[in-house]
Amino acid sequence: MRYDLQIIASWIEPGSKVIDLGCGEGDLLQHLISNKGVQGTGIELNEEKVARCIEKGLSVLQGDINEEVHDYPEGRFDYVILSQTLQQVFQPDELIRAMLRMGRKGIVSFPNFSHWQIRLQLLFSGYAPVSRQLPYQWFDTPNIRVITLKDFRRFVHDVGLKVLKEAAIDTHTQDRYGSMVQWFPNLRATYGIFMIGGSEGA
Amino acid sequence: MSEYIHHDKDRVSVGVVAKQYFSFAAPPGEMVLESGARLGPVVIAYETYGALAPDRRNAVLVLHALSGDSHVAGYYSADDEKPGWWDCMVGPGKGIDTDRFFVICANVIGSCMGSTGPSSMNPATGRTYGLDFPVVTIGDMVTAQRALVDHLGIDRLLCVVGGSIGGMQVLEWCVRYPERVAAAIPLATTMRHSALAIAFNEVARQSIMADPNWNHGDYYDGAKPALGLAVARMIGHITYLSDESMRHKFGRRLQDKSDFSFNFDADFQVESYLRYQGRKFVDRFDANSFLYITKAADYFDLGKQHGGGSAVKALSKARARFLVISFTSDWLYPTYQAKEIVKALKKNGRDVSFCEIEAEWGHDAFLIPGERLPMLIRGFLERVHHGGAE
Repeated sequence: MRYDLQIIASWIEPGSKVIDLGCGEGDLLQHLISNKGVQGTGIELNEEKVARCIEKGLSVLQGDINEEVHDYPEGRFDYVILSQTLQQVFQPDELIRAMLRMGRKGIVSFPNFSHWQIRLQLLFSGYAPVSRQLPYQWFDTPNIRVITLKDFRRFVHDVGLKVLKEAAIDTHTQDRYGSMVQWFPNLRATYGIFMIGGSEGA
Repeated sequence: MSEYIHHDKDRVSVGVVAKQYFSFAAPPGEMVLESGARLGPVVIAYETYGALAPDRRNAVLVLHALSGDSHVAGYYSADDEKPGWWDCMVGPGKGIDTDRFFVICANVIGSCMGSTGPSSMNPATGRTYGLDFPVVTIGDMVTAQRALVDHLGIDRLLCVVGGSIGGMQVLEWCVRYPERVAAAIPLATTMRHSALAIAFNEVARQSIMADPNWNHGDYYDGAKPALGLAVARMIGHITYLSDESMRHKFGRRLQDKSDFSFNFDADFQVESYLRYQGRKFVDRFDANSFLYITKAADYFDLGKQHGGGSAVKALSKARARFLVISFTSDWLYPTYQAKEIVKALKKNGRDVSFCEIEAEWGHDAFLIPGERLPMLIRGFLERVHHGGAE
């Protein structure tokens, strides 16, 4: 399983109720169900991936996460996970608010755009940065937002929520291995992972 | 639903099966229908496949669509030319694995394939019911199936599964008898017919009733309303296909000729196909049953019947885990109708999976052999079987 998903999994209490938005082929859900006894479900847009999930015996809905998040009862889940998808979301504030309506805590991970390599690329080459975490050209990228760890912290504060936990990690997109970044995370981390909750402390 | 009955390409089959009959509701204990009318005795034709486990927790009830019957899989004899209507799904190692599950399929009441319907004998008069047969609902069909499930000694069904009108019965089961259904798979179905679906059914019914041989439903001693029923079937067939599948299957190709006939014979392949389907249907199906079952489907409205007009409230009664499936080219029961089911289940906090399968075959897609649907059903059944009840 991807390194960032391993970190996310380690944050989840055994036996809790979890939904994974953009769950792909369900690796994280399967891991959480087998190892932590969670009640897990997921939403995924791609039919092929949804089918893989259901074939594995996972409970997964095909649909657009921006629409699907609205039908759940308040507080239906303990954790709502959005991994490596925030940078593709059209209205992040709406989605994050919906996440914290349907769940008590949200867990969000995304590639850090202020990594030193990205900074240097822009500074020296003058072209829009292309990295292993964001491997697209400006004209074909699905990633419509660039976010840094600092940006996200400020955003969470501005929308009236609270960061409950955070991790800065150095890993590659599909890599099983990585490490935690303690010093200068905004400069050295390739990904950030945040657990967020309502401002009352969730 | 159309017929897509082919031998399994790998020759895998449940083998020879036999139709069985269960009779109940003998007077004075008749079944009270939703309309308030009484019906009895009631006979249900059914078939079973595989073995019931000692704990009786592996029963899967398959529910058929408009023109289907209890013969879901296998053959009636060693030299039978056609297997059951969902042979590609039900059998050893298939999507609904008869090595592991006890599969039941029953003909709906109102039909003509062995269960009590308008072509059965009315014990009160000694004659065929005809239009004296009371109008039955999807709820009545399900109530009758419950009597059969009781008779088989099954307290709780592992799963109810069906497409189209069979899918309506799946939803009805989940709401009417929630404690008796652990899991449900409504396929290519809806919680209520759109005006478009009712309109097609009405044109089909009018075609039957306009046939002089129909004689207000009293035709069992003479000529059948064959032309009316054939046209009704042709209309149905159009709604089961899609623009894309018809383009691929027929296009504008001509049937056995290189130019137009300049008369009203069947020139185009699509005309010839529809005429053939219509003729074939007349041999095996009763025109009055067609009227009754299409009417039951048009009346079906899960929210109105069970939730005071609210589908969310109706499905709040359900306790099953759900796998909802729609098909991209199904314009009779389009994906938005499946999504309404999913939405109502989500609002109730139910465990629901949903997949919209890319398929060009229109409404009929659920009957056509393919890889995707059996794999989904297999994975889902595996989970509910092992995961136990919620």
